Amino acid sequence: MSALTDNPMQPRPTPSDTRPLFWSVRRELWENRAVFVAPLAVAGVILFGGLVGVFVGPHSKATVQTTTTVVQNGTAVTHTAQLATAMTPGQRAALAAIPYDFVALAFIVTLFIVAVFFSLGALHNERRDRSVLFWKSLPVSDLTTVLSKAIIPLVVLPPVAFVVTIATQLIMLLMNTASLAAHGKGVANLLAQAPLVSMPLLVAYALATLTLWWAPVYAWLMFISGWAKRAPFLWAVLPPLFLALAEKIALGTQNVWSLIVYRVMGGFQQAFVVPTQATMKAGTAFPNGLPQLDPGKFVATPGLWMGLAFAVAAFAACVWLRRRSDPI
Amino acid sequence: MACIEARGLKKAYGKSIALDGVDLKVEEGRILGLIGPNGAGKSTALNAMLGLIEYEGELKVLGRNPWTERDRLMADVCFIADVAVLPRWMRVADAVDYVAGVHPRFDRAKAEGFLAKTTIKRTSRVRELSKGMVAQLHLALIMAIDARLLVLDEPTLGLDIVYRKSFYDSLLNDYFDRNRTIVISTHQVEEIQYILTDVAFIDHGRIVLDTSMEAFEARYAELMVGPDNRAAALALNPIHERQVFGRSIFLFDQADRAKLATLGEVRTPSIADLFVAMLGGAQPQGVAA
Repeated sequence: MSALTDNPMQPRPTPSDTRPLFWSVRRELWENRAVFVAPLAVAGVILFGGLVGVFVGPHSKATVQTTTTVVQNGTAVTHTAQLATAMTPGQRAALAAIPYDFVALAFIVTLFIVAVFFSLGALHNERRDRSVLFWKSLPVSDLTTVLSKAIIPLVVLPPVAFVVTIATQLIMLLMNTASLAAHGKGVANLLAQAPLVSMPLLVAYALATLTLWWAPVYAWLMFISGWAKRAPFLWAVLPPLFLALAEKIALGTQNVWSLIVYRVMGGFQQAFVVPTQATMKAGTAFPNGLPQLDPGKFVATPGLWMGLAFAVAAFAACVWLRRRSDPI
Repeated sequence: MACIEARGLKKAYGKSIALDGVDLKVEEGRILGLIGPNGAGKSTALNAMLGLIEYEGELKVLGRNPWTERDRLMADVCFIADVAVLPRWMRVADAVDYVAGVHPRFDRAKAEGFLAKTTIKRTSRVRELSKGMVAQLHLALIMAIDARLLVLDEPTLGLDIVYRKSFYDSLLNDYFDRNRTIVISTHQVEEIQYILTDVAFIDHGRIVLDTSMEAFEARYAELMVGPDNRAAALALNPIHERQVFGRSIFLFDQADRAKLATLGEVRTPSIADLFVAMLGGAQPQGVAA
């Protein structure tokens, strides 16, 4: 028992440097592998579909492109292959960009779903599996913990989605190029039309603006995940829906419902120039085949700032809840 | 400076009172066993010391207010709530990395050393480990932290006797020194009696006994007598009587040991026996508890 004779006044070793926020974010990524797995899985599905398309041949591919239907002045106009030659360069580029737009949209939806489920589990899972008692036994503040959890949907997920989106689009472009070349067709036209610079810009802009737009959604879900003892999804979703229903029945109005729809879907219309009938007709709605960015309008939208204020308040409430949280 | 100092510590959950004015002082370098029946307030008291719950009254742990300074306090305090709190999805190597990344007083080499003595694989997830291995892993992480206070709340719950024994052996041999304070709450009192320096009983949210083990041994005596001497023993005001194989075992508080020895065999009671005597409720023999 020599340890018992140690001098009680002996100096303790100097503490080593720590990075609680960095390691807490890593901890979130260890637990939530869907952050990487989900976008990669979606990429796999898209590329597999693209590969099948390449092998089935350019004929079916051509049909896909030639049956694009655009509603103009209330009448459905189907662009056929013959019509394509008569299209303006803008319209032709728009047509060529459609699959890439679709891919970007698929990843944005994926990002939203992953972020929603991450936020719903953020403060709930650790209480349910009792591991909150382990996390709280370490010198990491509740503020750091909530920050590390907020960082995942706000800071980590968008770049992950960006990289996977651009990589998927590039591979698609390569597959199309290879397919055309294999059939002895010129690839110069395809490459010239490919929005190599504008597409990454568009994707980055869309991810950044939508993440800011959806921040209050994530914050609300995280607050519910810290508050609800069970079924955080239902607690997060049903009360707003009941409120909307009650308003509709009692007052006949649907302000709450509009607010919900605006918060989930409104980011697009605030961040981009909304195509009008005039611009659609003139073929200028999608210059370079892409929607037009409108950062000025986005920043001037009161809904953005109200949403961000709500998000800050909800994350602060999460810190308050985390301090009081115990196993459930 | 006392390691833990509580005065008038109170906590109520709605109408039920978990802590009803707890006064407790634990000096540095002690090993305190906090013993009490289910629902007596043990875990509530420990949770208050660890900054996990709000409370009324005065409480200082290592000079800090646990509720407002939990994260700073945890640089000097470790706790094992019970064996099942390590996250099941975590890999062993990641757990070591994480604690090393956030704890200023974690010694990675020490943790690796403890783990090397076990059969735990670095690549395993916690969910793949047996209950005993999870306890070993948690203990390896905690013992590699140079903390001043270690709080164990039912640390060996659900473990078999071999793991329980080695758990306390390594705690005592590899961890404890006089700079450190350990507070243990457990139902398996008899297994920790030999490592304690102090013992406190808690019942209905109050401390009903708070003594060092030296004082405990001097104060309480157990006497075993045959039927002939039972009346004589009862005359000396025992606090408890139980009967085993026709013989009576009496528990005395501050009795004259020499006098007791004339009636039968005198021993130091176990904490568990005293616990049952003091908090066991109504006694069939009608002896005051």
